Amino acid sequence: MALAQGSGPAAAATRLPAGPRWWNEETRFGWLAISPALAFFAFFVGFPVCYSFYLSFHDWNMMSPTPYWVGLENYTSLLDDDEFRRSLIQTAAFTFGITICIVVLSLGMAVLLDQKLRWIKLYRTIFYLPAVTSLVAIGVVWVWIFDPQYGLINQALAGLGIVGPVWLADPQVALLALIVTAAWRNIGYFATIFLAGLQGIDAMYYEAARIDGASAWACFRRITVPLLRPTILFVVVMSVILSFQVFALVYVMTGGGPAGSTSVLVFYLYQQAFTYFRMGYASAIGFVLFVIIFALTLIQFRAFGKPVQS
Amino acid sequence: MSADTRRTPAESAILYAALLACAAITLMPYAWMVSSSFKTNIAIFSAQVDLIPDEPIIDNYIEAVTRHPVGRALANSLIMAGVETLAVVVTSILTAYPFARLRFPGRDILFLAILGTMMIPSQVTMIPAFILIKWLGWIDTYQGLIVPRIMTPLGIFLMRQFLQTLPRELEEAARIDGCSRMQTLLRVLVPLTGPAVATLAIFTFTASWNEFFWPLLVVQSTEMWTLQILIASMKQAEVVDWGVVMAVVTMSVLPTTAIYVLLQRYFVKGIAMSGLKG
Repeated sequence: MALAQGSGPAAAATRLPAGPRWWNEETRFGWLAISPALAFFAFFVGFPVCYSFYLSFHDWNMMSPTPYWVGLENYTSLLDDDEFRRSLIQTAAFTFGITICIVVLSLGMAVLLDQKLRWIKLYRTIFYLPAVTSLVAIGVVWVWIFDPQYGLINQALAGLGIVGPVWLADPQVALLALIVTAAWRNIGYFATIFLAGLQGIDAMYYEAARIDGASAWACFRRITVPLLRPTILFVVVMSVILSFQVFALVYVMTGGGPAGSTSVLVFYLYQQAFTYFRMGYASAIGFVLFVIIFALTLIQFRAFGKPVQS
Repeated sequence: MSADTRRTPAESAILYAALLACAAITLMPYAWMVSSSFKTNIAIFSAQVDLIPDEPIIDNYIEAVTRHPVGRALANSLIMAGVETLAVVVTSILTAYPFARLRFPGRDILFLAILGTMMIPSQVTMIPAFILIKWLGWIDTYQGLIVPRIMTPLGIFLMRQFLQTLPRELEEAARIDGCSRMQTLLRVLVPLTGPAVATLAIFTFTASWNEFFWPLLVVQSTEMWTLQILIASMKQAEVVDWGVVMAVVTMSVLPTTAIYVLLQRYFVKGIAMSGLKG
């Protein structure tokens, strides 16, 4: 219905006397058609960003009628907040671990998938499957897999005569267990992206190298990696952005525990906002998160984004 | 490289072994999930690992459906994902068309502005968005769940990329025949968008079905629970009944898995379109 309404004014407008040259039927139709989107994004993204910025200079528990101005206090108290610092470090550790895993293992998997082997399409289908499975489902299944007594991993270890750790209940190991789970979910997704990059490399380079007697490893290091640089950059940036925002897995698997050892930034933000109703403080955390992600993305573009030298 | 015909049998064996190992690691959690859902409590809490239960039972499924609001959660997830998908497809086509085809002042900067919203992490906008929904009185309603997600910059971007690949002559012919722009869009272009619409719809549906964060904020009563919220809450219980939980998880994973297996060529297309545009 909304679609049909659009044609009315635009069609009628063609009969009106011409205004300035740019104010023609094409302009009017264009603006009319995108105006719902502009209104939507102004309302659900533009306004929230501004309001969040405003809130970050205020104290507000959502009960009192108006936010109370506190200036920079939310930001300065973040500097002294040990729990915040800890969640920041844990988020960084999670991001670092998962990104290393993804770059190495996804690239390895993509190289495998790029071979001419039997049933290769079936393998491609299988490896991507975790990417369409919900994080909540994956989290719950892996909690069960990590179960200290009856879980798959510790039962397998017991078969080898090893007593496995208590995984999610051990502050030393819990973050590692989260990394394993997140890696399991994301490796196939990023392998698909790497595969697309690999298939974009001209086979002529490899033929030339083969004639020169280069080994497979030399080909990989000297041809594949340099030419794959844009894809690697894309994967690293995506992985960092996604990992810095990890939430569902933490919420479902550990609830930030044990002893706060898996409390990551977004989980801390969620707790501040919706457990303690410190909306101003949580907004400040949100902005710090935004700035960190933005800065990391820029740094990565600087570091890896240089054009490939031939 | 891939066309290497000089591969020795040993090399081939290593490659196949690596593939098989990866496949086993990928599939194992699914096998463990399904197998646990058919096990008795005694079998679940036993010291041996059986991937195929000795005596499979369906009691966990019966208990899940009768003692937990699985039907309701399933319906809620379907409504949320279905309406959202329909809305995203319609709004993406309408918004993408002027960006792809028309020339007007402000076009490029507005398009960049819309794309730029992808840079903003949802956590920054989440608190005010929640407050907004509260002001509107939409907490714990379908509107609250769905309306803030009926447009996505990615959808607009994908449709614009696709519309740009269609030949202009088609539209020009229709325009000369006296069609309005809206008629041209609806009668000439929309019928050609099939593959792009399928890709966008599948991605949107899957993402919405799997969404957790926003429903967690908006939903309060049990009647409004989505499947993801139901699963998370079952896992938070004092004593987790793993057989029943795995039954619900299995049921929640089935639809997205089926869509993926049946329509995977659109997934591949979507990755190519979104991640690595030419």
